Amino acid sequence: MCRLSAITSSDYFSPMENILALETMKEGHDGSGLGLMLKDLGGPFEEFKGHPVLSAICSNQGLLELDEYMKAHGFKEKFTWAPSIKNIPGVERRENYLAKVYDYPESYGDKPMREKEDLLMNTRLALRKIGEPDGSLFVFSFYPDVLTLKEVGDPLALGEFFGLDRSDIKAKIVLAQGRQNTNYAIYLYACHPFFIQGYGTMTNGENTAFVPIREFLSGRGNPGYMGYNSDSEVFTHILHYTNRTLGYPLHYYKDVITPLKENEIENRSDAAALRLLKKSLRPLCIDGPNCVIGFTPDGSVFMVQDAKKLRPGAVGGKPGKYALMSEVCGVDRAVPDRDKAADIFPMKYDTVIIAPGAREVKVWNQLHG
Amino acid sequence: MESAARLDQNHQLSLKELPYIIQWREDRCTRCGRCTAVCPMKSIEPVVQVQRLVHSEGENPAPKVSRTVSHVVKQVTEIERYCIGCGTCTLVCPTDAIFPEYNFQHKFYHFKNKGGIPYMRGGRRNDPSVSTLDKLKFTRISMLTDPALDAGRHEFRIRTLLGRNLPAEQLPIKVEGDRLTLGAGAFIPPVREIYPIRIGSMSIGALSPHMWEGLAMGITYLNEVEGLPVVMCSGEGGLPPSILKSRYLKYFIIQIASGYFGWDEIIRALPDMIEDPCAIEIKYGQGAKPGDGGLLQAYKVLGLIAKIRGVPQFVDLASPPTHQTKYSIEEAVAKMIQSMSMAWGFRVPVYPKISGTKTARAVLNNLARNPYAAALCIDGEDGGTGAAYNVSMDKMGHPIATNIRDCYLDLVKQGKQNELPLIAAGGVGKTGSLAANAAALIMLGASAVDIGKYIMQTAAGCFGDEHNRCNVCNLGRCPRGITTQDPKLYRRLDPDKVAERVVEVFKSADVELKKIFAPLGRSTELPIGMSDALGVGEKDIADRLQISYVC
Repeated sequence: MCRLSAITSSDYFSPMENILALETMKEGHDGSGLGLMLKDLGGPFEEFKGHPVLSAICSNQGLLELDEYMKAHGFKEKFTWAPSIKNIPGVERRENYLAKVYDYPESYGDKPMREKEDLLMNTRLALRKIGEPDGSLFVFSFYPDVLTLKEVGDPLALGEFFGLDRSDIKAKIVLAQGRQNTNYAIYLYACHPFFIQGYGTMTNGENTAFVPIREFLSGRGNPGYMGYNSDSEVFTHILHYTNRTLGYPLHYYKDVITPLKENEIENRSDAAALRLLKKSLRPLCIDGPNCVIGFTPDGSVFMVQDAKKLRPGAVGGKPGKYALMSEVCGVDRAVPDRDKAADIFPMKYDTVIIAPGAREVKVWNQLHG
Repeated sequence: MESAARLDQNHQLSLKELPYIIQWREDRCTRCGRCTAVCPMKSIEPVVQVQRLVHSEGENPAPKVSRTVSHVVKQVTEIERYCIGCGTCTLVCPTDAIFPEYNFQHKFYHFKNKGGIPYMRGGRRNDPSVSTLDKLKFTRISMLTDPALDAGRHEFRIRTLLGRNLPAEQLPIKVEGDRLTLGAGAFIPPVREIYPIRIGSMSIGALSPHMWEGLAMGITYLNEVEGLPVVMCSGEGGLPPSILKSRYLKYFIIQIASGYFGWDEIIRALPDMIEDPCAIEIKYGQGAKPGDGGLLQAYKVLGLIAKIRGVPQFVDLASPPTHQTKYSIEEAVAKMIQSMSMAWGFRVPVYPKISGTKTARAVLNNLARNPYAAALCIDGEDGGTGAAYNVSMDKMGHPIATNIRDCYLDLVKQGKQNELPLIAAGGVGKTGSLAANAAALIMLGASAVDIGKYIMQTAAGCFGDEHNRCNVCNLGRCPRGITTQDPKLYRRLDPDKVAERVVEVFKSADVELKKIFAPLGRSTELPIGMSDALGVGEKDIADRLQISYVC
């Protein structure tokens, strides 16, 4: 079962904190991969707020193709960051790991954000299509203030490999996943966290209902609902579909993936709407056992779990810094000086939402709506 | 010169031509006469024979011949009185002296067209080979990656939706603050939450009053006591007024078919209805006899049936092969769905049923564009019937597995697999594996399945099988009293016992479904389209159904 480590803070912090938390949960992952997703970037990215950041791994040939495509489509490169790689035994080094900051094409200067988001997603998909057949180019995210790093190997070793212990790269929200390779070949696109248009999530637990969910999402007419090299990618897309496409508030994500029973719905003040969406979104019911941790474009960070099989998850911290981990030992590592009595172990009806800027924690109970 | 044929019975059939040969034990028979009295086909009769006996007494052989007159049970060789193998004779024999034996060498079909009338019968496709459904197995057993559920202790909710589910984008939902509310004005199609195994359409003329009553009591008990929302379809022929005006109507799907039998009564009862029916099924086709309309032969059109259907007694009730108002699928189907919807104020799901066919996807795609179509029911070639030509039953139709899979994948392409539920019928539980067949069809994409023959066999002991046993539902001579209107026959069937069996059948199927779903980790929603859980040991089937080939 994958191990998950998320931290949200009002101050910038190093993603090494997440990796060290993952290290405490090492019994639960087999070191077959690490995925890091940083949001609200600091360090060298701080001056580029609002500019889209493209996170990629590529060969030299892939890099040429990337630059050529971006230039041809009017993106102007403003800044390139590359981790300072340190060769580590057991980690196979690829030719280029990079994050490039761009200016939007001129024609998009005044376009609303939603249109810009579509452009960024379609660009990411086009680049993926170019590089996927020969593995020359992997693009994980292309969005303002978001950076993604992924590689196969042990998380701690990869932290050293990417030089994160020495780097000035920082963020206010970091999702990290230590991979347990159970079902799928080790493939970079199968590694969480997954990203689409400002939404990032990671999950543990096998997704029982993967095939019907994938088929349902694939039919929504959104070109971004693709990939699915991992059964966990659907959780990101369900969140995107619920919150962005349908416009439902974040806590309805829980109602979509783990719908209530009829006798529970009838006590909700929004019962009439809930009944309808339960039927219409029936194929998105996950039937667990999954713990999903993610962020939304506004910087909210949340944890939600299945309604019945309950993978353990824990949330703890203090105003200004909260950790959302698949194991409480990870929370201990990330925020040791917190009031442990206030730790939250979300139960079957709970969604824990931490407000942007790690200001406060809210536990939303599905039964009460 | 007179033909020699008349002298040596050359134009008569021998027993070896017949599908079943009666084995009669003279030494055991007490000549009570029960077997000959009960035989629905009059295939056996008491005969007086002169027997020549040779016997010898004493130390040395000294054969003596004597002639005695003896009573024997003899099988007749007239094709109209062929032994159907039902075994009622065995059932009533107090000394186990008689039983029918299947004759693998029979040439029955060569001769069963006397008078130029092709063989007609009831029953099912006479194909005893293993069906595709029975070849499918559930190969996804989650253990550690996704802890399996305990089928005995975990809470399962095995339900399905019958009716059109609007896409979420079309729901009249508004966001107010951080809550969702329902806006006014938009049409929200009616959707029923039902048990995914339904009792399919069998009419109250095809079934005897006792059988029908037993089924109706069974499903009512399941709904009201066991909490399993099992529904049944009326078939063509209406419903008794006592049901139409009762609160139990909600457990019934009313069928309208091309003969419109029973609809005078239904329309008249409309103002007095205190509940809406579960749904309306418009029958365009039937898996057992594609291209043919319903047929209730005159033998079965007795008083009660004639009254409910609004017709004279003892006349053949043949429904036309197609609805006479049907001009094209676009125009007529849409109109019919709309008319039916309107009759109940758009509160009742209305859907068509067709026979399995290569053209199912064309129908499906039409329905996918019709906002009032509530589902599509496809009845595969293994579906049963009360009366049809043998050629229709045995040689026509389309297997349900590929039909349902193709349709489901078509809906997936359009993103409408949740919008328009598919109901699969025909051969579900053919060899007794009801839950496994139902689960396999659900994983191929069906939202629900229908059973017919299975429930007759299981709840009332129907003798029929794929070796053409019995299968005289059309003649009204059902020896079990299931498909007859003759009180002398149907009084053999105790409706209470049928109801008890219906309850037992559904409760046990429910347990088996849980056993199948638990290792998949599925308990909240049905695993509709969860094809990754299926495997099959034949590569061609795996490729065709787009599931795993396992060996």
